[in-house]
Amino acid sequence: MRICGDYDEAVADTLDGSTVLVGGFGMAGMPVELINALIRQGAGELTVVSNNAGNGDTGLAALLAAGRVRKVICSFPRQADSWVFDGLYRSGRIELEVVPQGNLAERLRAAGAGIGAFFTPTGAGTLLAEGKETREIDGRPYVLEYPIKGDLALVKAHVADRMGNLVYRKTARNFGPVMATAARTVAVQVDRVVDVGGLDPEVVVTPGIYVDRIVAGEAAA
Amino acid sequence: MSVRTKDEIAAAIARDIAVEHPDGAYVNLGIGQPTLVADHLPAASGVVLHTENGMLNMGPAARGDEIDPDLTNAGKVPVTELPGASYFHHADSFAMMRGGHLDVCVLGAFQVSAHGDLANWHTGAPDAIPAVGGAMDLAVGARRVWVMMTLFAKDGAPKIVPECTYPLTGLGCIDRVYTDLGTFEVTAGGIRARELHGITAEELETRLGGVLSSE
Repeated sequence: MRICGDYDEAVADTLDGSTVLVGGFGMAGMPVELINALIRQGAGELTVVSNNAGNGDTGLAALLAAGRVRKVICSFPRQADSWVFDGLYRSGRIELEVVPQGNLAERLRAAGAGIGAFFTPTGAGTLLAEGKETREIDGRPYVLEYPIKGDLALVKAHVADRMGNLVYRKTARNFGPVMATAARTVAVQVDRVVDVGGLDPEVVVTPGIYVDRIVAGEAAA
Repeated sequence: MSVRTKDEIAAAIARDIAVEHPDGAYVNLGIGQPTLVADHLPAASGVVLHTENGMLNMGPAARGDEIDPDLTNAGKVPVTELPGASYFHHADSFAMMRGGHLDVCVLGAFQVSAHGDLANWHTGAPDAIPAVGGAMDLAVGARRVWVMMTLFAKDGAPKIVPECTYPLTGLGCIDRVYTDLGTFEVTAGGIRARELHGITAEELETRLGGVLSSE
């Protein structure tokens, strides 16, 4: 675990072709500063895993607009403000894998928990299960889904301590805790960092074992 | 009786939730029209609203100073929290859904089949960008899945059909369908009208082309 001096340091070693897990549900929990640093860093041909495919022109949408993303794995790309993705998709410049939201979360959880694959009822009998192994369990159809593991996760949390323990804020928590378990390198932007002992152990949401790099808003401003 | 407005449909759903779950219920309201149901829930109903982006006991839409970008519903609309609210991450949120812990979910629909299949995520049009969100998880996860929709599409095509022609969201997952013209129950013997509004049984039979069960 390292406290980084700025956002650029947190993503400096990102390689072309990496799979990047990007937290957030819309803009709530979107690690905008880390994404901006990744744009400056320049890695391309990325596979991005996120609930949405960018909103407006900032954050993930800016990464897409910069032409760095080869493929998006998400549950809900099309929105009123997803014009950047829509343009890339319609002109055939980006690949899309649509995953039901709960399967997306569970595939990330499985990656972080060492689960090889799992059977889920979600999507059984639909287009999104085509070509996938299925099994009837207790009279109900299930689909086999595999983990999604990241090379890098970009997460936004509220407060970290110097050991990397994290707490989040309201519904901005969303994908952060599962993504933090599912990538080889986990970079987290937080509003502030407190000393060890400054977070109540009973309320820590993401234990520091999952976290590699922290950047605090105030330190980087 | 005349055709029901969106608000009247929402009020009927809210009333049924309160009556059928006298001890309170955990309820998820899908994006769009189903969110209207929240406005009609009696204050003492004990209903706890779940939003799949990670919260229980969600409050009404936020106004003015209440707006907090870190607190939104599944439609990304700023909302408020009620006393007793809790936050959790996405994997937990969908585990509580898939695990059968939600009592009722209300979803919009393009089509519902006579045996309760749901189509509500994709028109299948070649230029459409598919986006599923939590619809498939909700369809298979909640104990009772209800649909709120108009009975006929803008072009007059029935939305209760023998088989869905749009891509499916879930198989045999719908229990009940609330529409402007009536409420329908999906049973082992097929789909049947529970009550009608502004349409006679004969007229309905003709316009739906015999999809309703006569049992």
